[in-house]
Amino acid sequence: MRRVGVFVCWCGSNIAGTVDIEQVKAAAAKMPNVAYVEDNKYTCSEPGQAAIQKAIKEQKLDRVVVAACSPRMHENTFRRTVGGAGLNPYLLEIANIREHCSWVHPDKVAGTRKAVDLVRRAVYKVAKNVPLQRASIDVTKRALIIGGGIAGIQAALDIADAGQPVVVVEKTPSIGGHMAQLDKTFPTLDCSACILTPKMVDAAQNQNITLMTWSEVEKVDGYIGNFTVTIRKKARHVDTTKCTGCGICWSKCPAKVSSEFDLGIGKRKAIYVPFPQAIPNKPVIDEKNCIFFKTGKCKACQMFCPTGSISFDQKDELVEEKFGAIIVATGYEQWDPSPYGEYGYGRYKDVITGLEFERLVNASGPTEGKIKRPSDGKLPKDVVIIQCVGSRDEAKGIPYCSKTCCMYSAKHAILLEEKIHAHSYVFYMDVRTPGKGYEEFYKRATEEHHATYIRGRVSRVYQKGDKLVCLGEDTLLGKKVEVEADLVILASAMVHQNGASKLAQTLGISYDQNEFYTEAHAKLRPVETNTAGIFLAGACQGPKDIPETVAQAGAAASKVISLLSKPKLETEPLVAQVNEAICSGCLWCKPICPYKAIDGKVVKERIAGGKTIERPVAAVNASLCQGCGACTVACRTGAMNVLGFTNEHILAEVDALCL
Amino acid sequence: MEMEVLNLTAVGPAGPAFAAQVGAEAGTNAFSCYQCGKCSAGCPLSYAMDYQPRQIMRLVQLGLKDEALKSSTIWLCASCATCTTRCPREVQIAAVMDTLRAMARREGYPYKERSVAAFHRAFLNGVASGGRAYELGMILGYKLSTFEMFKDIDLGLTWLRQGKLKLLPERIKGSASVRDIFEKVRKLEQEEVARQREGRPAAHEGMEGHS
Amino acid sequence: MKYAYYPGCSLHSTATEYDATTRTVCQTLGVELEEIPDWNCCGATSAHATNHLLSLALPARDLAKAEQMGLDVVAPCAACYNRMAQTIHETKDNEVLRGRVSAVIGADYEGTAKAKSLLEVLAADVGPKVVEAKVQKPLKGLRVAAYYGCLLVRPPAVTGWDDAENPQSMDKLMTALGAETVDWSHKTECCGASLTVSRTDIVLKLTRDILDAAKAAGADALVCACPMCQANLDGRQGAVEKTYKTNYHLPVFYFTQLMSLAFGIEPYKLGFARHSIDPRELLHTKEIA
Ligand SMILES: Cc1cc2nc3c(=O)[nH]c(=O)nc-3n(C[C@H](O)[C@H](O)[C@H](O)COP(=O)(O)OP(=O)(O)OC[C@H]3O[C@@H](n4cnc5c(N)ncnc54)[C@H](O)[C@@H]3O)c2cc1C
Ligand code: SF4
Ligand code: SF4
Ligand code: SF4
Ligand code: SF4
Repeated sequence: MRRVGVFVCWCGSNIAGTVDIEQVKAAAAKMPNVAYVEDNKYTCSEPGQAAIQKAIKEQKLDRVVVAACSPRMHENTFRRTVGGAGLNPYLLEIANIREHCSWVHPDKVAGTRKAVDLVRRAVYKVAKNVPLQRASIDVTKRALIIGGGIAGIQAALDIADAGQPVVVVEKTPSIGGHMAQLDKTFPTLDCSACILTPKMVDAAQNQNITLMTWSEVEKVDGYIGNFTVTIRKKARHVDTTKCTGCGICWSKCPAKVSSEFDLGIGKRKAIYVPFPQAIPNKPVIDEKNCIFFKTGKCKACQMFCPTGSISFDQKDELVEEKFGAIIVATGYEQWDPSPYGEYGYGRYKDVITGLEFERLVNASGPTEGKIKRPSDGKLPKDVVIIQCVGSRDEAKGIPYCSKTCCMYSAKHAILLEEKIHAHSYVFYMDVRTPGKGYEEFYKRATEEHHATYIRGRVSRVYQKGDKLVCLGEDTLLGKKVEVEADLVILASAMVHQNGASKLAQTLGISYDQNEFYTEAHAKLRPVETNTAGIFLAGACQGPKDIPETVAQAGAAASKVISLLSKPKLETEPLVAQVNEAICSGCLWCKPICPYKAIDGKVVKERIAGGKTIERPVAAVNASLCQGCGACTVACRTGAMNVLGFTNEHILAEVDALCL
Repeated sequence: MEMEVLNLTAVGPAGPAFAAQVGAEAGTNAFSCYQCGKCSAGCPLSYAMDYQPRQIMRLVQLGLKDEALKSSTIWLCASCATCTTRCPREVQIAAVMDTLRAMARREGYPYKERSVAAFHRAFLNGVASGGRAYELGMILGYKLSTFEMFKDIDLGLTWLRQGKLKLLPERIKGSASVRDIFEKVRKLEQEEVARQREGRPAAHEGMEGHS
Repeated sequence: MKYAYYPGCSLHSTATEYDATTRTVCQTLGVELEEIPDWNCCGATSAHATNHLLSLALPARDLAKAEQMGLDVVAPCAACYNRMAQTIHETKDNEVLRGRVSAVIGADYEGTAKAKSLLEVLAADVGPKVVEAKVQKPLKGLRVAAYYGCLLVRPPAVTGWDDAENPQSMDKLMTALGAETVDWSHKTECCGASLTVSRTDIVLKLTRDILDAAKAAGADALVCACPMCQANLDGRQGAVEKTYKTNYHLPVFYFTQLMSLAFGIEPYKLGFARHSIDPRELLHTKEIA
């Protein structure tokens, strides 16, 4: 006989409102092995937990069932509680009678019946529980950050500040990300470069930070505390140890192509740094456009380079590095609005995106900050800004709100008026400015800078002479309106980084239908992923602005710092285990494991007659296994079991519910 | 202009029920509309309408059936589907307009645009009797019912002279089978109206998917 | 290449020149047309403004006949094409509705025949390359505005073969004939065809907007693929000029007329005399005909 204690929680009226606690208690008292039953207003509170510990001691309980909220909320809390009273923490079961019962069943009679069933299930199962022990593993004291935008830079600085080494892998030639492309930043209108560049320089000079630009993550193996990562250092064709960044090479290079950083508005050379404040300030050769790589002739850069840094036979290099934790900070892309045939992006030169406008208005941009419209270089007088382009438009495949464009559109309207006295007509559906100082910023755009806000989506933009006619409805008046604009700015959506899903697969983390990375819990674990040891920062997790990105980067950094500062890591014991005696060695389980935790090994065993034979069996790497249980279903001999969720456990639960 | 106050609670659950019915008949979700106005803005006819297409969607959502069915909008809509093509919420507005016209007619609402309704009637009369459209007959029939005898007379005469209008209708061999289609549809519709009047459940399966 | 041919009512009355040139062009290009026997009117806007089931049943009777012929349908009129495509689209995955339609038309309608517009067949299936090879008299110096109207390309879920906002198929055909096309703003704006009799005032305004845009883009003429568009833009041009005190004098061709012309067919066979704005003068000054 076990001595199981059942603790039924009211959760205020959350559970007690629709579940009859007294009836649940009475039913539980009659279940096999149950020695003690108690109810509590809030079991997770300090008195609630103390009551469990008291009962364990006084009633000599050897198993505990807590009937309360989801185990995702408080299983760990209650494990600590029973552990504190001297019981093995895995001799606890949770019956979720809140999310699975009281919250979804308004009918008290039926709800109570279900609550009793759920408690019975837990009682049957807990009787089969055995004490489990956590193991401990070593931690590599080094962090990897993928992506060198403001999120990656901030996280790197924070981790380095705590004295821990960190490597930043950035795929472009320079760190900085989108923030480096912006002109002024809302809501304070301070210059983006003025606040970003010092951080970039700090990151470059910090002893604890290694920047690997023009590099990409190719392969990730291992697990929390012990990741092995293969990084591809793309051939730069410039020896960064010798190059001084003098710029002679790119001034001499004859190959001109349109600049990615300037979104095609400006030009760059085949050997280039993307922008003047780039870190590192050392060029790369773009093989696709370099005349030498195309025709075998030129080498002008090499000829003129005073330090002899240029070499054409550099090859991509693969390096393998070990890390204890990873932060993914790969950011976003601005959506290409070409699918809006009705707005004529790509057809009319003077229809541009918000990010293109940032380059136009940027003092260090291709027009030196003069807002010349692309078609004829004229300064625009009337500008139409269309909000929610792509965003909130299921027909174009993007259902969500991009969160930043209301604010940056207000910013653009202010800048246009401030710099060239242009009048902005902002077509919006809702103005969403719920940040500190944000509503005030919007107010400024209308009251001080006289931007005309029109509630309605533009239906069509077409060319008439040198004007772009924008047709809309002022939905507040119920009248069709048209504006003859000189320039049209599309506040295009923030979408996932190119190749986001591929990187997710490399890392083994999940992403949502919009290819943004998914956090472990929308409210309570916003910077963690479901894969232990991998964290998220910035716009790769969803559209966000700089303040939010920086806050999240700090949060992710602090998680990493606390992880790396532990001497050893404890692992969950709820992992798969092979019963080698009955494993047939078929290894069906191996390809099924999503975490690559299963491998084959060979065991020696003595058989009848004293002979020793060798036999293949499955072997689980307990550090990689996440206890998902996929393998147990695949195993035909029943040799594979997840501890704490063995076949025996499951059958006991089925019995409890069905017999 | 005097502004009346709409009492929305007086509409009650009939509001959403009406929107759901219109949506089901038009094969779209009337609740999806978020009133952005992109439909009105692109509608080539909206300048002549009493309610903007967006406002028709609003009337439907609120269940203000009389206002919607008495509007000129539903008759002036030329079915060009500009609205449907551009709606960010994938509302089939052009199909909603069709549904409302059909509803107005079968429930005997007075037509705000008599001439448009008369045209459709005259046109279909021609088709029902001979199997094909008969322009001259249709124009005469239309003119008789609208008393617009002398409007457009110039073009009509030119076309007659150019041989663009035939003096006699084309009657197809299977014209009886076409007449039969009209008959059957009319009967089905009468049954549907009677069913609705008595509040029996819809025989509507298969009518959704109008998109 | 063989199709069941659905001329539609207009091609037997106001637009016989479209019918004749369609047959000529198809013959030249080896597109065989077999007219659907005893076809009936598609019901046009009037049917779907009246009763949903009726609007499906009328085209379905014709489609069922094409099924029996074992052919896909080609329709020169944008409105007929649209009604057929709509019927196919709605009944495609809806067996119940298909059953209702079959019951109403008193014949089995399976939904196996596709419907294409004549423009799609000539621009996509035949293609500008083949067309170009047949050209004998290139339309040099002729600047046309290709007008698609609404029903040919909308809604894209139903039509879906050319871009709904900036279609190109007719432009490419015209270029293949040696003509020049203008990039203009009103390619797919509606001319209000279904209101042409009942609310002529509206149609005059819509037609004016289209003519204004074509003129501003520097076109010598418009080219279209729909008898109703042609009737409004050509037939009502005089009235528009009178009402709005404007002056366009823009001939409005069917695209098949220009194709025939370029293929070397004698101009007198192309029905130019039936146009309200006589195009012969323009063709003459351009030394095309
Ligand atoms: C037009 C516009 C105006 C804006 N204005 C403002 C403003 O005024 N104020 C404000 O607060 N916010 C503004 N924002 C939002 C701001 O740009 C973002 O909040 C911020 O850039 C997010 O930073 P991030 O580091 O998460 O992403 P990013 O800036 O996108 O940086 C991500 C970095 O990761 C790198 N990367 C991506 N994939 C990989 C990979 N696989 N391997 C290695 N590296 C990779 C990228 O090259 C990039 O350097 C604006 C946005 C737009 C579109
Ligand atoms: S070799 Fe290539 S990178 Fe160097 S100067 Fe020539 S084109 Fe430019
Ligand atoms: S932030 Fe504003 S502009 Fe951007 S998607 Fe959301 S509502 Fe639209
Ligand atoms: S375009 Fe669509 S969502 Fe916008 S108002 Fe019209 S029906 Fe509503
Ligand atoms: S279908 Fe009707 S409502 Fe929609 S844009 Fe055309 S005319 Fe307007």
